[in-house]
Amino acid sequence: MDYLYAFLVGGALCAVAQILLDRTKLTAARILVGYVVAGVALGGVGLYEYLVDFAGAGATVPLTGFGNVIAEGVRRAIDERGAVGILTGALTSASGGVGAALVFGFIASLIFKDRKQK
Amino acid sequence: MTEEYKKYTVRHAPKSPVVKDTLRAFLCGGALCAAAEGLKNLYLFAMMSRDDASLITSVTLVFLAVLTTGLGVFDSAARFAGAGLLVPITGFANAVAAPAIDSKTEGYVLGVGAKIFTVAGPVILYGTVSGALYGAIYYLWRIFS
Repeated sequence: MDYLYAFLVGGALCAVAQILLDRTKLTAARILVGYVVAGVALGGVGLYEYLVDFAGAGATVPLTGFGNVIAEGVRRAIDERGAVGILTGALTSASGGVGAALVFGFIASLIFKDRKQK
Repeated sequence: MTEEYKKYTVRHAPKSPVVKDTLRAFLCGGALCAAAEGLKNLYLFAMMSRDDASLITSVTLVFLAVLTTGLGVFDSAARFAGAGLLVPITGFANAVAAPAIDSKTEGYVLGVGAKIFTVAGPVILYGTVSGALYGAIYYLWRIFS
């Protein structure tokens, strides 16, 4: 059942974004930013963790899940370190995914040919 | 006559691209998330903690998205799947790798170094700002409750 819920919730989050892409003038980049901020808001009020419990990767893999990780990280950092956590929490918790994308992205730029030149 | 014609046009009109696009995004995005769930269970089976398994799943998806971007496969897949590949972390990874690869000719500092943040920059900025805003609210709430 876990797989079905992951499929349905993950699919639904993607479907909503597709409707926004087709029906509004929002660009892909704006939708990504919107999803992350929405994830921070939903994670902040404590709703998103229910979705994660319910749908697993269906909730963590879409970018709203990235926002939720940021909200959780900020909360944890403040609980552990006090006010400094307001500033350290977001980037600390986002570092895994962002670090992977930047490191892999950079290595890819060393290996692969510029596709515009073809 | 006009009724007949209306029925005719409805029957023969191409299905709305929005419906087709949305269905594709739903199926592809859903399938990707279900596969990621399987990957996560695999990592959990390898004795990773829940948080780590979730993170390494994301890292694996980022790696695959960057690799397929470099090989030129991601773009064609994304043309089909639309938001189904864009909204998962694969879309973020593609948005990091694609401008980095394509700006090599502009050099490694102001080319790759700057362009790698074309989409990652806004995402990181607004993620950090909204996180800090939430943190400030949470901090005050903790003091007064």
